[in-house]
Amino acid sequence: MSVQLQEAPPSTTRRPIRPPSRAHRRGATWFMVVPALVFYAVAVLIPSAQGAVLGFTDWNGLLPEYDFVGFDNFVEIFTTPASLSALWHTFFLAVAITVIQNGIGLLLALGVNSHIKSRNFLRVLLFAPAVVMPVVVAYLWQYLLAPTGAINSLFAAIGLPGLAQSWLGDPTLALWSIVVTVVWQFAGYSMVIFLANLQSIPEDVIEASALDGANAWQRFWYVVRPLLAPSITINLMLSIIGGLKMFDQVWVLTQGGPGGATETISTLLYRNAFQFGEFGYGIALGLVLTVFVAIVAGIQYRVIGRRGQA
Amino acid sequence: MTRYTWRTGILEAGMILLAVIFVFPVVILTNIALRAPSDRTSPLLPPLQPTLENFARAWQEASLGGAILNSAVVTIVSVVLLVGLAAAAAYPLARVTRRWSKITYGLFMAGLLLPFQLAMIPLYSLIRDLGLIGTLWGLVIFYVGVQMPFSIFLYVQFLRAMPIDYEEAALIDGCGPLRAYFSVVFPLLRPVTGTVVILNAITVWNDFLTPLLYLSGSGNVTIPVALYGFVGDYVQQWNLVFAGLLISAAPVLIVYFLMQKSIIKGFAGGLKG
Repeated sequence: MSVQLQEAPPSTTRRPIRPPSRAHRRGATWFMVVPALVFYAVAVLIPSAQGAVLGFTDWNGLLPEYDFVGFDNFVEIFTTPASLSALWHTFFLAVAITVIQNGIGLLLALGVNSHIKSRNFLRVLLFAPAVVMPVVVAYLWQYLLAPTGAINSLFAAIGLPGLAQSWLGDPTLALWSIVVTVVWQFAGYSMVIFLANLQSIPEDVIEASALDGANAWQRFWYVVRPLLAPSITINLMLSIIGGLKMFDQVWVLTQGGPGGATETISTLLYRNAFQFGEFGYGIALGLVLTVFVAIVAGIQYRVIGRRGQA
Repeated sequence: MTRYTWRTGILEAGMILLAVIFVFPVVILTNIALRAPSDRTSPLLPPLQPTLENFARAWQEASLGGAILNSAVVTIVSVVLLVGLAAAAAYPLARVTRRWSKITYGLFMAGLLLPFQLAMIPLYSLIRDLGLIGTLWGLVIFYVGVQMPFSIFLYVQFLRAMPIDYEEAALIDGCGPLRAYFSVVFPLLRPVTGTVVILNAITVWNDFLTPLLYLSGSGNVTIPVALYGFVGDYVQQWNLVFAGLLISAAPVLIVYFLMQKSIIKGFAGGLKG
């Protein structure tokens, strides 16, 4: 599957790419991998392996010694109301962001992929927030959503002061406020990926179905949608995993509040490990998150496998 | 189907209306940053007396100059190392069909799935034990390691689609493997190197959690952490805070608008799965 836009330089001959020859095997050599592997091992492999072990201990992060406590950390995670609700919020945010961001992103991509004159301008504009620091975007929305912020002022200005809410102070609305902030920033990102895919669909396929009498909806559902499978897969994967791992926006907007209403695995991990010194418990939370991500990736892998080449 | 019909006109109007709503937060942001603190009118009205004073104060009091410099150093060093090491590693990984090559590639690809939260705490204690907390080097090690799988993935995908005729000609002509890599292969990788640079530079520049862990309180911070501390000190002084936000977002946005074509292409094309 591929939404690849970059082309490798053209082959001088028309032969298909063939397995490397003997001369070639002498060419590429193992020592070129070593520096990359060293950085990767130090920053990812070794600490992840340590994490897989330390999640079963009561390590406090400072002393070199610790005791194995079996599954105690995990029992705590899955029985304490605070961490159970953090698991639920993480799941809720990932799913809500994925559905809304990709829905809007697809509509924007379809709109921009038309013959409107402003299409290039809109594409550049709508993608712009995606390159900005999430911290900046989160502070901006913290103000917009504040009790005396721009959104409540707007409602007052159009004569609907009753719609004003304490967006970040109300436990239910706070989670949705995070969703809105993230979707505003990254809907353009989903759009760009859908757009690259849409532009790879030959126009005569769509024209042919139009000649056969398909209306706009039928053309989209029966012709365009199946051909969008690659970008749908990539977008869903990116936003679900991104949503599960998200920290910056939650920490800036609410720090997990009010009263734990927006606590997620990442904020709980940060708080427990780096503010309370419960490193073993924090690592166990990291392991739980890893398993979630692995499950998502596994489902994705199976879906692609069933489709053959998605 | 290529004519501009009245339907296209309606779509155009709808999309522009949507874009206006979409831009509304940024207009408010700029509006607030340009106001004097004494201006207490509704945030929806233009400033009474536009001033740049907030920008000067934010720049000074958040030490944004030093933070931008730190962010630039971390970003440039990390990206240069990533390009150099990932491209070199990808070459044998894409070309050699032996077992060690496949296993090593698989090992790197596993890193695409491991969330950094798992390695975060053990790595933090390692960096601490090495005495690198509060220095930019701890961050560089982190970014180069964590971003390596994705960078190698992009290079290997590109190399596999690239014909081997050029390098093979060089090898047959008696070029050593390193010379063939540096004079033939690496220059041919330029399009994907662009993607690797763009995606990694934006990721490193924008990251908040890692510098928060490694640098906070050190007086030697990157932009997101400087902003975080600044907002903590000036809660509710939105004029000042927003000027700081605009200064922080400016470098990336300027580069983005100058190079929008290749940046959007990098994001859309680099993420093939």
